[in-house]
Amino acid sequence: MSDTEYTSGGPQPQSDELPVGTAGPLVDPPPPAPTNAVEGSSTWSLLDRLGLAFCWFLGLLFCAIAAAIVIYLLIKGVQYLKPSMLVTPAASGFSEGESGGFSDAFIGTLILGVMSLSLALPTGVAIAVWLVEYGRPKALARVTEMTVEAIAGIPSVVFALFGTVIFSSTALGFLSRSNEGVVFGRSFFAAASMLSLEALPLIVASTREGLNAIPRHVREASYGVGKTKAATTRRILLPTCRPQIATGAMLGLGRIIGDTAIIVILLGATQNFSPVEGAPWPLDYLRGAGTTLTNFVYEASPTGNLNQPDKAYAAAVVLLLIVLLLNAGTDIIHRRARKAGTWSQ
Amino acid sequence: MEEDFQPEYGPKWSDQRVERLLGALVLGVVALLLALIVVVFVHGWPSFSHNGLAWFGPGGNVEEELAQISQSAETGAGYIYTFHAWPLIWSTILIAGGSVVLGLIAALFISVFLVEFAPSWMRAILTPVVRFLASIPSVIYGLLGVLVLVPFIGNHLISEHQKASVAGIISLTGYSLMAAIVVLTIMIAPLMVSIFTDALNSVKPGWLEGSLALGVNRWRTIWKIGVRAARPAIVAGTVLALARAIGESVMLAMLSGSTAFAPNPIDGLIFIFEPSRPLAPTIVKSSDQLSSPPASATLFAIASFLLFSAAVFSLIGWLTRRSMNKYLAR
Repeated sequence: MSDTEYTSGGPQPQSDELPVGTAGPLVDPPPPAPTNAVEGSSTWSLLDRLGLAFCWFLGLLFCAIAAAIVIYLLIKGVQYLKPSMLVTPAASGFSEGESGGFSDAFIGTLILGVMSLSLALPTGVAIAVWLVEYGRPKALARVTEMTVEAIAGIPSVVFALFGTVIFSSTALGFLSRSNEGVVFGRSFFAAASMLSLEALPLIVASTREGLNAIPRHVREASYGVGKTKAATTRRILLPTCRPQIATGAMLGLGRIIGDTAIIVILLGATQNFSPVEGAPWPLDYLRGAGTTLTNFVYEASPTGNLNQPDKAYAAAVVLLLIVLLLNAGTDIIHRRARKAGTWSQ
Repeated sequence: MEEDFQPEYGPKWSDQRVERLLGALVLGVVALLLALIVVVFVHGWPSFSHNGLAWFGPGGNVEEELAQISQSAETGAGYIYTFHAWPLIWSTILIAGGSVVLGLIAALFISVFLVEFAPSWMRAILTPVVRFLASIPSVIYGLLGVLVLVPFIGNHLISEHQKASVAGIISLTGYSLMAAIVVLTIMIAPLMVSIFTDALNSVKPGWLEGSLALGVNRWRTIWKIGVRAARPAIVAGTVLALARAIGESVMLAMLSGSTAFAPNPIDGLIFIFEPSRPLAPTIVKSSDQLSSPPASATLFAIASFLLFSAAVFSLIGWLTRRSMNKYLAR
């Protein structure tokens, strides 16, 4: 073994030039450890570089589209949106100045959001818990997964048509307006129950993800101190995956608020609340027809029946702000959940 | 003392009881889906049985047919069910197919960009942008399309010569295949991007590093190794987006022109400026005729066609996504 072993190939070490007697390295120090620097695109062929340029173009294009939508709608909002519109119900009038605001639509959106979510959230969480914690028999679990996936894929118009059938049956007449045995079948109850199906798959998926992320030993520790499976789920698993459940609920709420087809078909074609006479207070409104912001935008657009584009812009801005708020809320929950850390396996 | 002890969740919420309760709920949801399928098909059956396979075929004017169907309930001379849905199906194929193809290209490049090439500041902007675009309600897309995109297409992209050339058949106003496809692409591409980036992120790093170590540049590595390994996810995402595109109703009701016209690609490029009428918007537009039995049967027949195709597509997507897990690191 001699020095020639190291110096035979490659460049000669510079050690010869060192003054004799100084304590210098015999060979070059090893090259610095690799950093995070990555290969640039300068050595690529033209086609590869064009591809990368296309990537940049598309990325910037998407950002530009999103920015354009937000800025354009905000400008229109400043132009047309008056706070009084949120407290004035729609009225029939010849010009946009006479036809009131969209308070009923705004309140309708809030009511439907609360109603559908209070249906979808417990159901979705229960399905997810059953799938992850119980899931027997296996065949039923497989079928349930497929069902949830199918519900996610079914167009909302189909839900709406299905809703008109079941809520027009006389057995469910107490959920909507009925007149001499003929059931109208369009009400907040009808729309909310069908909208909750829209939100269900999102809540199930998100909750399942949360439950699956909890390692086995957490459950076993709980069983070890004598807790039942039900108690473990209620006291430990569900509180632990609360962020994921909240994320699913937010996503579902966004879907509920953004849906239009079900509202147009199942909430009655009207721009005002039409409470059912004779029913006790909250039920008379919930059994009656109504409207939401999405329905208002649809009807007030130039292709709709009202044709009041200025007011459609104003309602769309309110809708967009709600969606932006929901997105921000989801983000905050997500970030807080990540900060809380993950389980050690 | 033993008898006094009441475990907190003992007899009341025993495991068996909870399992049975949750199982009943799950069965209820499964039964609801089955009921939905049965109800929609049964209500649509009269329309199918009266038309036979001609239901899917061309012939006649869909608008006149729909008007005849809804009027026949009032005259009392027997219900008319004659309906040939081909123009609607063709329009759905053109719009959904076109936007899925465009969306697939855009989503592939954007997800490759997000996973491999975007600097961190760009990633920090683009990720929420994609999520935001996915969460905008379709009616807002529709409104912006009607008030911004449609006038732009009508006034600047379609020449007077083109308008004159088809003046006797149809008027080109900007409500067109193009408007529908452009907006639908923006709506479904984010869905695909989120599925694609998840898949690309979970490709085994060793495979990519192996390719890089052999001297293949990063661009070719991500396309030849990463995108190839994530192929099942790409199929799944595309199919799910297709199901979403077929079911989109409100935005298309606003932008497609709602004219029962079948744009023909043989006519040259002008066909992308022609209006049409897909399946799902037809239901929304005609929903006020649900009280007439033959019209309701026709709408339910359309719905069962939509239900069938959307269910098939989302099941294909689900199956490919399930099979994908063996290709990807977890």
